[in-house]
Amino acid sequence: MNFEPKILGILCKWCSYAGADLCGTSRKKYPPNIRIVRVMCSGRVEPTFILKAFEKGADGVLICGCHPGDCHYAEGNYKTVRRFPLLKKMLSQLGIEDERVRLEWVSASEGERFASIVSEMTEQIRRLGPFSRNNGGGNG
Amino acid sequence: MAKLKVALYWAASCGGCEIAQLEIGEKILKLAEAADIVFWPVAIDVKYKDIEAVPDQSIDACLFNGGIRNSEQEHMANLLRKKSKIMIAYGACAYEGGIPGLANMFNRQTIFDRVYSETPSTDNNDKIVPQTNYQVPEGELTLPEFYDTVRTLRQTVDVDYIIPGCPPEEKTTWLALEALIEGKLPPKGSVITHNVKAVCDECPRKRDVKKVKKFYRTFEIISDPEICLLEQGLLCAGIATRGGCGAPCPQTNMPCTGCYGPVEGVIDQGANFLSAVASVIESNDPEEIQRIIDDIHDPVGTFYRYSLPDSLLRRARIK
Repeated sequence: MNFEPKILGILCKWCSYAGADLCGTSRKKYPPNIRIVRVMCSGRVEPTFILKAFEKGADGVLICGCHPGDCHYAEGNYKTVRRFPLLKKMLSQLGIEDERVRLEWVSASEGERFASIVSEMTEQIRRLGPFSRNNGGGNG
Repeated sequence: MAKLKVALYWAASCGGCEIAQLEIGEKILKLAEAADIVFWPVAIDVKYKDIEAVPDQSIDACLFNGGIRNSEQEHMANLLRKKSKIMIAYGACAYEGGIPGLANMFNRQTIFDRVYSETPSTDNNDKIVPQTNYQVPEGELTLPEFYDTVRTLRQTVDVDYIIPGCPPEEKTTWLALEALIEGKLPPKGSVITHNVKAVCDECPRKRDVKKVKKFYRTFEIISDPEICLLEQGLLCAGIATRGGCGAPCPQTNMPCTGCYGPVEGVIDQGANFLSAVASVIESNDPEEIQRIIDDIHDPVGTFYRYSLPDSLLRRARIK
C-alpha cells in the first residue's frame, strides 16, 4: 500500500490562509495530504502545537505566516522567527528529520507558491516514510 | 483510630528521595504516631514476598519514587498499586522520568554499548553484557529486563497524587504527609505543593525587561545577585516551573532547572520553557538569532532536564 503522509498546516489568517484560499479559487492543484488549521498569527503557534501534532499521528507540520515586515500585528511573525530555529535545533536532537517541520512565508497573493510548497513537502515526507514516535526504542 | 499503613519504594532513582523523606526531621515522630511503615527497602528488612502476601488494598498509601526503567520496577509498581489504596508518585523521577529519563535519548543497545564496552575505563574484551537469564551449575540466574525507554509511574499504573521535586522540599513532603495523616487529601490527580503558580512568584530577584543578546552557561559569567537570572542570559527554568519550593536555587545564584514540573495547565514543560527562552531573544535578524541560539548547547537536556519521558514525544528517535 502506498504511504500517504498526513501533514498539519498551521496558517495565519491574514496572509497565508488567504494565500491558500487564492490557490483554491484559482484552481491550482496540490496534494490532499495537508489538513489546515487557521490561526490569527504565526506568532500564536506554540512549540507544543507542533509536538502535539506528532503525538496525534501527523507525519509533518507546515507553518505559514506573513513575510517579515508584513505582519498584521506588526511583529507577531518575528516571534516565530525567534522560536522556530530553537525548536528545530531541539527536534533534530530528538531525531526528527529536518523536512518534517517547515516554516514558510506565504502572502495572500502567493497561491501558486503555497501549492508548490505543499507538493514539495508531501513528496519529501512520502520518501521519509511515516513518523513513528517509538522508532529505535520500545515501551514508549 | 487505627494506624495508617504506609509503604515506600524506590525504582529508577538515585536515593535522594529517601534523604528528602527523612528531611522532615522531628516530624517523623508525628508520622510514626499516625502510621506504621510496612515496606521501605532502604531502611527496613521486608522482602518482596512479604508484600505479595498482604491482602489487596491493605496498605493505605504508597510513596513511590523513581521512574520505570526495567521489568522489576514495573512489577513492583503493579504490585504496590494492587496492595495500596492510594498511590503517590514521589519526586521528579516517578512524576516525569527525571534525570534517568534523559536516557530516552538512547535505547538499550546504545546504552549497553556505551556502558559495557566504549567507556575508556572499561576492559570487556568478551563483550559481556547483562542478560535476563544465565545457566550456572547451581541452576538458573535471572536479572530484570532492561527496557529501551524510561517510563513515568503514571504511564505504568494509575496514580492518585503527585509530590514533585528533585528531591521534593521538606515543606512539600510534609504538606502531603500531613494531609494524608489528617485525611484531608485534595481531589485525586492533584500535584501536592503550596499553591504557587511558578518559581518566579517566590523568587526575590528584581525583574525588569527580558531582552537577551547572549546566553551563558553558569560557569561562563559571575551573575548579579539581585537581578533575574534569565535577564542575565542564564537559562533559568523558573518561568516554566511550578512553584512551591520557595525558589532556593535562584537565591543561591543557580538557575532553576525545572524539577517541580510544568506549571498548572501546561502539558509539555520543555516546549513551554523553550517558547519562553525564545521570546526573550532580542533580535529580528535570522542570522543573529541563529548565533544567539548556538549558545544553547543542549536544548533537550536544558528544556527537558526532568521531563523527557513525560513529554509529548517521550523519547528520541534512533536510526
